[in-house]
This record gives sequence, C-alpha cells and structure tokens, in this order.
Amino acid sequence: MNPPPQTPLRGASPLRGKKRLGRPGAFLVSGLSTLFYKEMLRFWKVVVQTVVAPVVTALLYLLIFSHVLEAHVEVYPGVSYTSFLVPGLVMMSMLQNAFSNSSSSLIQSKMQGNIVFVLLPPLSYLEFFLAYLGAAMIRGLVVGLGVWGVTLWFAPWQMPHLGWLLAYALLACAKMGAVGLVAGIWAEKYDQLAAFQNFLILPLTFLSGVFYSIHSLPPFWQAISHANPVFYLIDGFRYAFVGQSDTDPWLGLLVAGACFVAISALTLVLLRSGYKLRH
Amino acid sequence: MSQATPAIRVNALRKRFRTTQALDGVALDIQPGEFFGLLGPNGAGKTTLISILAGLTRADSGQAAVMGHDVVRDYRQARRALGVVPQELVYDPFFNVRETLRIQSGYFGLRHNDGWIDEIMHHLDLTPHADKNTQSLSGGMKRRLLVAQALVHKPPVIVLDEPTAGVDVDLRRSLWEFISGLNREGHTILLTTHYLEEAEALCGRIAMLKGGRVVACDTTRNLLQLTNEHCAQLRLDAEVVPAAWQGRLHHDADGSWRVNFSDYAELETLLADLRGAGVRVLEMQLQEPDLEDVFTDIMKRT
Repeated sequence: MNPPPQTPLRGASPLRGKKRLGRPGAFLVSGLSTLFYKEMLRFWKVVVQTVVAPVVTALLYLLIFSHVLEAHVEVYPGVSYTSFLVPGLVMMSMLQNAFSNSSSSLIQSKMQGNIVFVLLPPLSYLEFFLAYLGAAMIRGLVVGLGVWGVTLWFAPWQMPHLGWLLAYALLACAKMGAVGLVAGIWAEKYDQLAAFQNFLILPLTFLSGVFYSIHSLPPFWQAISHANPVFYLIDGFRYAFVGQSDTDPWLGLLVAGACFVAISALTLVLLRSGYKLRH
Repeated sequence: MSQATPAIRVNALRKRFRTTQALDGVALDIQPGEFFGLLGPNGAGKTTLISILAGLTRADSGQAAVMGHDVVRDYRQARRALGVVPQELVYDPFFNVRETLRIQSGYFGLRHNDGWIDEIMHHLDLTPHADKNTQSLSGGMKRRLLVAQALVHKPPVIVLDEPTAGVDVDLRRSLWEFISGLNREGHTILLTTHYLEEAEALCGRIAMLKGGRVVACDTTRNLLQLTNEHCAQLRLDAEVVPAAWQGRLHHDADGSWRVNFSDYAELETLLADLRGAGVRVLEMQLQEPDLEDVFTDIMKRT
C-alpha cells in the first residue's frame, strides 16, 4: 500500500498540465465571498429577467396610476400623486426582488439537486446566511436604483433625507432577503414557493400603502395596515423622499429593525438545524 | 494494517428515516491509501453512510471522522479532506465548466487555483468544453465535471457514489484509469457501485451492507475465498454419463454438461470416471467463483 500523500494530489502524475488561465476574481478568497459572488453572478446572467423586467413593471404601474389619479388625488399637501407614488414603487420593487433572489436561488438549487455544491464545502450556516442575504440586498438595491432612475422622467428630483433613504432601503432589502431564505428553505417545490409569494408577499406589499395613504382608509383597515410590517417600510422610505409620512419614521425603523432581527434569527435557527437542507 | 489515523472511521453509526432504519450500528475503518468498496443492494444504507461523511445527513448517534476530523465537531477540516462525487447527475445551469470549477474552488478558499483547475480539466478531457454552459454538456461530460468538482480542492479522500451508473464503456474505462492513478499516488478511494466486476477489479477491501448493517468486511481476496464453488462446463462425445455422476452433471440446452465442485480432486475423479466409461471430453471450461457469487451468497445467508 502506498504511503498517504503529505500534500494531496500536488504533482500527481496523472494530472500534469501546464497551461494557466487568467487570475481568478478577487471574490474567490473565501467560502463566504465566493458564495456571495456566485449568487450575484447568477442573477446578473439573467439581468433582463431579474432587473430590467421589474423596472419595466414598475414603470407601467407609474404610467397607469399617475395618468389616472394625478389630477384627482393629492395625498399630502403640496405633494403630487406621482411624487407620492414613486417612493412606494421603488420600495415595492426592492422588496419583491430581494425576496425573489434568495428564495428562487434556493428552491432552484434544491429542485435541481445542485445545492450539494454549497453543502459539501466547509461553509458555516452563518456564512451561508450572509452570502445569500448580501446578494439579495444587492439585487433589491440595483432594481430600486433602476426604478428610481426611470421614474425621474416623471417626477421631479427630490431628496430631503438621504440617511432615512439608505436606512430604509438597506433594512428592507435585508429583511426581505431573509424572508426569501426562509421561504426557499421551507418550500420543497415551485408551487409552494409561488403560494408563499402570491398569498403572503404580494398582498403585504400591495396593501402597504404603495398606491394610497392609509389615512384614506376606514379606521378598521387603518388598524390592519398598522399590523402590516411592510407598511412601515413603504411609509418610512416615502418620508425620505417627500418629508411627510403616515407614522413617525423612527417608529417605522424600530418595527422594521425588530422584524429583521426576528426573521434573521429564525433563518439562522433553520440553517443551523439543517432543516430541509441536511436531512 | 497501518496504525496511522484512518482515512475514514465510522463507529456505531445509526440513522433512521421515519419507518426505515437506514443505518443500524455501522462501524468501519478505512486506512489511508486504500481502494475500498462499499457494496449492498438498494436501500442497504450506502448513500446514507456517504451522506453522513459528507455532512449532507446527520446521524442519530455514533461517530464519523475523515482523516481524524469528526464530521460534526470539526466539519471544516473533515470537508476539506473529502471530495464527493454524488450519485445524481447534478449541475448548475447558470455557469460554464470553468466558472463552475472556479466557484467550487472558491468555496474552499482557494483563490489562486487556476493551474490546478486546468490540470483537472485536461486529464478529464474537459478542456475543449471549458467555456460551455454545463446544461449543454452530454451526460458523460457532466459526470466528468462532477469528478472535477470533487477534486478541485485536492482532497486526500475521494468518495465515488456509483460514478459509472449509466456511463458508456469508454468513459467508464478512462474514469477508472484516472481514479486508479490517484489511488496509486496515495489517495484513499471509497467506492459504491452495483457493478461488482468493477469492485472486484479495483478494490483491495470491500464491505457489504444489508439493512443498514455491515454483513461482511474483508479483503477482496479473502471474500472471494468465502465461496469455493467452482463450475466446469464440458462438451462430451456421448449423450450418457457414468451412473455415479448422473445426479451431479446437468445437461444444458446447448448440449454441454455442467458440474459444480468445491475441490479440484472431484474434477480429477470425474475425468477418470469419464475415461473409464469411454467418454471423451471434447471441450472443457472452468469458471472461478467471482464477487457476484460471493455477494449473492452473503446476501442470502444474512
């Protein structure tokens, strides 16, 4: 029997070959950064589907709603309906795409079986979480920037509170990236993920005050809206643009932060236990 | 046997999936440099055992270690020491071959690994396909890519879970040449396969699993000696054989006669009796017992 190799495969005779490639990307320095890079590359390779399409969808919403309501609705004094609508659309697009990135990547990997390529290497559950979350945030922010960019043609430039904008954008993308992770871990088939998206994410985002102020609702529905965690993200993000909101932006930040912490904790518990990933 | 840290050590390993006891107290030591076969019928627990070693499945109880590193407590070192070629033909359709290997390499923190990736691709004939999307590869090329992914971090222990299932003869041959080369260099190979002739030709030691238990574990040579049932196929110039052999010589449909024997002295007696009866042997073929006979016998007995 041959002695065990001290440095496995180094110079192994069946594998000699001297052609070298260009230098690998700076991302391939650790498991965490590689998984983050892989997830970014994944959505960037289908950029028409993952970035351009949601931007066009948001633009259509803007064209239709602003055309119909611009002359008839003034939600806040001195703020046009289009100016009111734009922050809501930007935030809604960020939320939906941050969710989609982590959830669709995970469910596809699980269904196609290539999740083993991520489970076999020495990655910790925390690295797994951070990589997927980071990529989901990047996609959410890229889509958000895209939507904002195209809507600048229709609404005047306004930026009263850059700090609030960044805080809400980052927190919203992180939160929905984590929700996407939970959905992707839980779902065992595309149908289940679609149900999660259609019956939870979509109603929560559409009924969160993107197209209207909750002050225009009857008291009962106002109370219901306050129980919707997405409402605080839309409302606070809009405050960053127009300087007016339905609730105190600090309260919104607190609620959004608490939700993010709770969902992240749940995600980490699931990942650590190997729930539906490591049997 | 060497007293070095075993490449793979499994002790009292148990795993239950709802109503099925997949592993029921499995214990195995595989030494560095061995080419070890893990055989068993479907559902015997082979893939479960490999999955536990790879960290894809968690054992209910017992211990598993790769190169002395516990697969749970010291999972990072254990996974660095292990390369797994999964049974299913899986791939990520978003990437090409080179990207797939670079990304897999990056998971292990190997940033400057392009030279090694080139070498693996060269020896697995993947170089012409380096820039092709994995989705467009043939089944054989996808299998080669899986082998390349398992080797990208230079693991000392390589696990192959039925790597030649559905693979054509040429690829099977080149794959075994490649894997045997790695084994000659000192790498430990753990192989599961349903092709028993492959296991017999390649593996120095073999364990057989049934119902989640190890029912046999020995060198291939010793296992082959467990059954001494030889078989002789004869063509005779007569239609009738001596009366003493009428119960033992079986007349096959093609006109030949077949006899099973455990001692060559019996064959000598048969030939003497045939000569005594004036029967001439026109042709004779001897069949040695093979691993399939041993496997079938052990599975029946246990």
